[in-house]
Amino acid sequence: MRVFVPGDSAAISIGADEVAARISKLDPTVTIVRNGSRGALWLETLVEVDTDSGRIAYGPVMPDDVQSLFDADFLKGGAHPLALGKTDDIEWLASQERVTFARVGIIDPLSLDEYRQHGGLVGLKSALGLTSEAIINEVTQSGLRGRGGAGFPAGIKWKTVAQTNSAQKYICCNADEGDSGTFADRMLIEGDPFTLIEGMTIAAIAVGATQGIVYLRSEYPHAISILQNAIEIAREFGWLGDRVLDSTHSFDIQIRVGAGSYVCGEETAMLESIEGKRGVVRAKPPLPAIEGLFGQPTVINNVLTLSTVPMVIAQGAAAYKARGVGRSLGTQVFQLGGNIARGGIVEKAFGVTLKELLDTYGAGTLSGKPFRAVQIGGPLGAYFSTQQLETSMDYESLIAAGGMLGHGGVVVFDDSVDLAVQAKFAMEFCAIESCGKCTPCRIGSTRGAETIDLIIKGVRVDENKKLLLDLCEVMTDGSLCAMGGLTPMPVKSAMVNFPSDFLGAAK
Amino acid sequence: MKYSPWSQDAARLLLATLRDEKGPVLMALQLMQKEFGYVDPACVPLIANYFNKSRADVHGVLTFYHDLRTTPPGEHQISICVAEACQAVGARALEKEAKAQFGAEVTDSYCFGNCALGPAVMVDGTLIGRATLAKIEKARS
Repeated sequence: MRVFVPGDSAAISIGADEVAARISKLDPTVTIVRNGSRGALWLETLVEVDTDSGRIAYGPVMPDDVQSLFDADFLKGGAHPLALGKTDDIEWLASQERVTFARVGIIDPLSLDEYRQHGGLVGLKSALGLTSEAIINEVTQSGLRGRGGAGFPAGIKWKTVAQTNSAQKYICCNADEGDSGTFADRMLIEGDPFTLIEGMTIAAIAVGATQGIVYLRSEYPHAISILQNAIEIAREFGWLGDRVLDSTHSFDIQIRVGAGSYVCGEETAMLESIEGKRGVVRAKPPLPAIEGLFGQPTVINNVLTLSTVPMVIAQGAAAYKARGVGRSLGTQVFQLGGNIARGGIVEKAFGVTLKELLDTYGAGTLSGKPFRAVQIGGPLGAYFSTQQLETSMDYESLIAAGGMLGHGGVVVFDDSVDLAVQAKFAMEFCAIESCGKCTPCRIGSTRGAETIDLIIKGVRVDENKKLLLDLCEVMTDGSLCAMGGLTPMPVKSAMVNFPSDFLGAAK
Repeated sequence: MKYSPWSQDAARLLLATLRDEKGPVLMALQLMQKEFGYVDPACVPLIANYFNKSRADVHGVLTFYHDLRTTPPGEHQISICVAEACQAVGARALEKEAKAQFGAEVTDSYCFGNCALGPAVMVDGTLIGRATLAKIEKARS
């Protein structure tokens, strides 16, 4: 008898380990599988029982519910107030379009057998039979763009690296998921690490790289340990190391752990950090694709970008780009967080509206108070108001609406939020995390926080608002990277969309 | 959390494990902190000499990263996420209460990737979702 109790750190954070321990104690014959999370974090701990008619779900299960589950004979799918029926029929999950997250929550993350039974390694095996040009062409044709936030076409980046001659090339996976409101990289690594390894291996074969590095943040200790185990399993299997799956290619992966710096999620700061230096942003050019890690040609992609590649190669570019809108093709792994009743992973084709994400999936605020603001795309993303719910969630529409998709985080606030305070926080966060290279970012952020403070206190409000907008312009135009360049986005969007919060003492 | 007492000899042995790494300085500092709980100031010349870097290089790295500390930690480390998603569910109020109760054990952090189950708090390496003062207290004991 197999019972699934997620080993995802979000599930563990609200008692999954204790739930698993109590189930084992009450019936030691049960085999407990620590799967990833299905992504419905509001249902965690989501316990699933493997029955003849499929997997039956119970949730949210707290440790104290375990005894009553046994009393209800849950191992046979018995009725219980927490029973949710078949997991596959839960509307919140069934209506999603899981592509990148297809296996997350379903398989044992460290079982290579289950990985292969669920379509794993198909992409890599077919890539091994293709030329470099053919792999890159497939990725380009799929329309897959960088999921870290910049949205740069993955295939074009790969092509640049492939065409640059060098004895040593690198694949760097950016897993420095520092944006508040984002957790998809973490959940993918914890729930289906082999997909990332497969995507990195395909990238390596395509561009001729032999070394991969995953830059993984220290705030994710559980993900670090799962990925390390997965890498070792892949080495034993003959997947990583010399002669990848008995081919002529060699490729191995090392994890480098971050050290609590947000700006190291910026790709050039990340390279500096991997080189063991201060995470100070580099000027571009040279592009990392030409002179990247240790001066060598380097592919830098986000976890989700690389983890989507195996599916693109296995099922073909046409299947992937059949979803989406305009130039935003395929699916996006949205992450619903903050003050939201039903938070978690919602993978949908680009073009879903903000309203659908918040109403159909989010189901209102956690506090039950009216919803007032939503920040999309992390701490550098814009604050949207209830007037903008029809916005289509894709790269271009969000830019047109004055925001950005970023890494797909959607953070909800109820009506207790003060957007002037949030704008001030955006500046303060920039002051804390700025690498210090550009003056507008290093000093402007502190002056910005001070100026917003004056506005909040009602000191020369109109004059200070003008000054703040001027400062925002200097930061946007005068910073090398997105840290200083985009900090004005939450500030200005808050001022434009929530003017009543910026009236100073008059409000 | 248990750490070894600081020792130059033990530190040297640990650095030897990084001899073949490219760009080892940050890794070396992280290794020191993992073993001893903090980076003793004596590590700076030690690492500089070992990897043929200037002391300024090592000091620069040591002071850049929020994770690295140069004084021994207390018995407990409580790290509260005060980024936006956790702010939206009361992290600021929790931060205030926790600082009043646990003082210097409490530090701010930005995002543990538990944004749908906030406020998120890390207590001695264990992540807590939907954190409350009571939950922090329980995890700390």
